Amino acid sequence: MKETIITVRNLSKKFGDFIANDDLSFDVYKGEIFGFLGANGAGKTTAMRVLCGLSKPTSGDINIAGFDVYSQTELIKTNIGYMSQKFSLYEDLTIDENISFYGGIYKLSNKEIKEKKELLINKLQLNAVRKKLVRELPLGWRQKLAFSVAIFHEPKIVFLDEPTGGVDPITRRQFWDMIYEESDKGLTVFVTTHYMDEAEYCNRVSIMVDGKIAALDTPVNLMQTYNAKNMDEVFLKIVRFS
Amino acid sequence: MNIFKGFVIKEFIHIFRDYRTMVILFGIPLVQLLLFGFVIKSEIKDADIAIYDQAKDNHSKRITNKLLSSGYFRLDKDLDNYDGIHQAFREGKVKLVIIFEQNFSEKLEKTGNANVQILADASEPNTANLLVSYSNAILSSYIKDLNSTSKMPYNIITEIRMEYNPELKSVYMFVPGIMALLLMLISAMMTSISITKEKEMGTMEVLLASPIKPFVITAGKVVPYIFLSIINVLIILSISYYVFDVPIKGSLFLLVSVCILFILTALSLGILISTVTNSQQVAMMISLVALMLPSILLSGFIFPIENMPIVLQYLCQLMPPRWFIEIIRNIMLKGVSFSFIWKETCVLFIMMIVFNLLSIKKFKIRLE
Amino acid sequence: MQSGKSIIIENISKHYGSVKALENINFSVDNGEMFGLIGPDGAGKTSLIRILTSLLLPTSGNAIVNGYDIVKDYKKIRKTIGYMPGKFSLYYDLTVEENLNFFATVFGTTIKENYDLIKDIYSQIEPFKDRQAGKLSGGMKQKLALSCAMIHKPDVLFLDEPTTGVDAVSRKEFWLMLKKIKNKGITIFVSTPYMDEAELCDRVALIQDGTILTVDTPVNVVKSFDNPLYSIYSDNIYYLLKDLRALSATKSVFAFGQSVHITFNNGTNIEDVNKYLKDTGHSNSNTKIITPCIEDCFMQLMSVKS
Repeated sequence: MKETIITVRNLSKKFGDFIANDDLSFDVYKGEIFGFLGANGAGKTTAMRVLCGLSKPTSGDINIAGFDVYSQTELIKTNIGYMSQKFSLYEDLTIDENISFYGGIYKLSNKEIKEKKELLINKLQLNAVRKKLVRELPLGWRQKLAFSVAIFHEPKIVFLDEPTGGVDPITRRQFWDMIYEESDKGLTVFVTTHYMDEAEYCNRVSIMVDGKIAALDTPVNLMQTYNAKNMDEVFLKIVRFS
Repeated sequence: MNIFKGFVIKEFIHIFRDYRTMVILFGIPLVQLLLFGFVIKSEIKDADIAIYDQAKDNHSKRITNKLLSSGYFRLDKDLDNYDGIHQAFREGKVKLVIIFEQNFSEKLEKTGNANVQILADASEPNTANLLVSYSNAILSSYIKDLNSTSKMPYNIITEIRMEYNPELKSVYMFVPGIMALLLMLISAMMTSISITKEKEMGTMEVLLASPIKPFVITAGKVVPYIFLSIINVLIILSISYYVFDVPIKGSLFLLVSVCILFILTALSLGILISTVTNSQQVAMMISLVALMLPSILLSGFIFPIENMPIVLQYLCQLMPPRWFIEIIRNIMLKGVSFSFIWKETCVLFIMMIVFNLLSIKKFKIRLE
Repeated sequence: MQSGKSIIIENISKHYGSVKALENINFSVDNGEMFGLIGPDGAGKTSLIRILTSLLLPTSGNAIVNGYDIVKDYKKIRKTIGYMPGKFSLYYDLTVEENLNFFATVFGTTIKENYDLIKDIYSQIEPFKDRQAGKLSGGMKQKLALSCAMIHKPDVLFLDEPTTGVDAVSRKEFWLMLKKIKNKGITIFVSTPYMDEAELCDRVALIQDGTILTVDTPVNVVKSFDNPLYSIYSDNIYYLLKDLRALSATKSVFAFGQSVHITFNNGTNIEDVNKYLKDTGHSNSNTKIITPCIEDCFMQLMSVKS
C-alpha cells in the first residue's frame, strides 16, 4: 500500500473573523508529486505555512513526516526543505557560500558539506561559476540551484512555492526533470504553480477555492470528471463555478 | 494648479493615515523638548562647590551655611588661597567657587556693601549659569531677611566670572538648539523618505511616465511638511515659553519667519538626499548620520564652537543649524531686530538656494 | 500618424555595463493592434518597455511612439501613453477611489470625464472604492492599476507583465478586459512570460536573451514550425522522457502536461518509435501528430539560436 507522509485532518486557520483555511483534510503519499493549486487569496500560502511548521493551525490534526505540527515543529523543519520563487538564495553570496551556508543551517558536518557540495556543483555543471555571486546567474540556473539547495540536507518532503515563475520554457522543463528524478528516488514534492501544464506533471492535484479544497484527484481523473481537455479548463470550471 | 492641489491632498492623506509619521512628526519633538528641558533643570542637585572664605566671620559663615543647606550645593573644598581655585576647577569636580572678601561682616555692617565673587566653570554653560543664579538667589534672600530686621539697607555686591567660557551661553540655549535639531531632522528626513518611498513602491515610475512636472512632484511633497513643521515650531515655542519660562524678547513674527526659512532649508536638503538614493533605508541613514549628528555636535548647540580645533570651526560654518541657532538665540533671548541678524539670515537663504539648485540639477527625468 | 504605425523600433540596443540587455531590436506595431512581447524573465522585456515609455535611454538606436521620438519628444510621449509597470504601482495607503482620482488629476482630467472608457473594469471594483488599495486582492489591484493607467484615455497602453503572479482565472478575465480596451481603438503593447497568452494577441514578438526570435501573428509563428510534431502519452512521463532521449532518432523532446512533444530526425519511421516504446515497457503509450503551440515554437527557436 501507499505510505502516507503528510496527514491533514480538519485543518482550520482563522485570522480573527477571517477563515483562511476551512476544514481541510487530505493525505500526501511518499514519493508523490502533489500539486497544490488555487486562485490568488484562496488560502494556499496559509496552508503551506502550517504544513511547514511556520504557523500553528487554529484547529485540526496535522502530521508531517511522522511529526505533529503543534509539538514537534523543530523536527518537522529538519525533515523538510522549502523553496519559493521570491526568496531562496542570498544574492550577495557566491554559489559556494550559499551551499555551505544552507548545509550549516541543517547541521551537516563540514566534511559532509564539502563532499556533497562537489557532487552538486558537478551535477549542475556550475564549476566554472561557483565563485560568482548568485545575482549574476541567469534566473533559470538560480532556480535549479535553489531547488538543489532546498534538498541538500536530504529532507523527506520538499515544499516548492511557485518555483518556476518567469523561467523560460526549456529551463522550466529542466527544472521539472530534476523534480521527477528526486521523486523517483523517493522524495515527496509539494508544489504550487500558476502554470496549468505543470499541474499536469503532478501525480495528484488539489484545487483550493475560498479556503476549502474544491477538488483533489489525478489530473486525468479531474479532466474526465469536469469534462475538460486540459487542466486549464478544469481549473477555470472549478474556480468560476464553485 | 489643479494637478498641484491634487498632489498636495494626496501627500496629506499619506501623512495622516500613517500613525508612525504622525508620531515622528509630533511625538518626538514633544518628548525631546521635555526630556532636554527637565534633564537640564534637574541636573542641579548637590553640585560640588569650593569656598574661599577670607573673612571667616559671622555673615560669611551664616551665608555658607545657607548655601550648603539649600540642597543645591555640597562643599568639596575649603580653600585658603587663590592658587587653589584653578587647581580645584581643573580637577573637574568643583563647578563653582565662592569667595568672600576679607572683613566681610565688618564691611557689610559699616558701609552696607560687601563683595562676594562667584566663579563658575562655564565649560558646561547651562550648569554654570544655573549654579550662579541659584547662589545669587540664596545671597539675595539672605540680604532680604537681614534687611527685614534692620533699619539700614544692606547690599552684597556679587562679581560673577565665568571661567573657561567667558562668552557665556544662556541656560535657554537648549531651546534654539533643539528647535534646530528637530526641524532639521524631521523636515529633511520626512521629505527624503516620502520621495524615496515612491521610488521603492514603483509609483515614481508611473509619475515619471506621466506629464506631471518634476517640480510639481517635489513641491507637492514639500508643502505639507512646511505646514506641519510650522505647527511644530509653534508647539516648541509654547512649551518653552509656558513650561520652561524661556523668554521670547524679540518679535514673534520675525522669529517664525526665520523658522520658516530654516524649514525650507532643511526641506531642500531632504530633497537633495532623495535625489542621490533610491531606498528609504539609505535616506533615513543619511538624514540621521549626516544631519542629526552635525546638528548636535557642530552647531554650537552643546559644544561651544570657540573651543573647537580650527578645522572644525570652519566646518561648523557650513552647518545650517549653526546659523539658525545664532539667529534664534538673538531674537528670543536678546530681543534684537532684523538689522542685527540679516547676515546670518542671508547665509541660510543662500544655503537653501544652493541645495535647491543642486537638487534641480540632480533630479532625474528618467529612471537612470 | 501618417504611417499607420503606433510604435517603430529601429536598432535599439541597451547595455548595462558589460551586460547586454537588448541587442539590435527592430520591429513596429500598427495602430490599434494588440501586440504581445513574449519571453521569460531576464529576456529584456522590461528594458524595452521602459525605453518606449521614455523612462530609459537606449544605448543606441531609436524609436518612435505615436509619432514622437522617445528621446527628444519625451514630454509629448508622456502625455499620450498609459503605463502599468510590473509591480502594481498604486498608493497602498490611499483608497481605490483616491488612487483613481489622483491619477486622473495627474493627467489633468477627472474620473467623470473618462468614466465610459474604464467603466467595464472599474465597475467591478467600485463596490470597494473606500477600501485602501493595499488591502485589495491581487486581481483587484490589477484592475485598479489598469483603470489608473487608462484614466486619461491614452493612445497607446504599455503593460509590463500585468498577469505575472496572477492565477489562471484572473488572467483570463484580464485578457478579456484588454480585448475590450483594444476594441475602443487603443493600441496595446503588453509583455508576458506566459506563452499561452500569445494566442490572444494580434501579433507577437518572441524575445530571449535580449534578442528577438521572431515577430509575426501567432498563426504564422506556429506555421513556421518546420518539423512534424508528435505528442506521445504514457503512464510515466519521467521514464518516457528518459527513454525517448536515449533514442537516436529524437531531435527534440519536451514534457507537455500529461504527454511529451517530440520531433524526429528526417526519415524516421514512426512505427519504429512505437515499437521501441512497447519494448521499453510503455505498454499503453499513444502517439499522435499535433499542431504545435507557441511554446513549442519558442523552444524550437531558442534551440536554433543556441
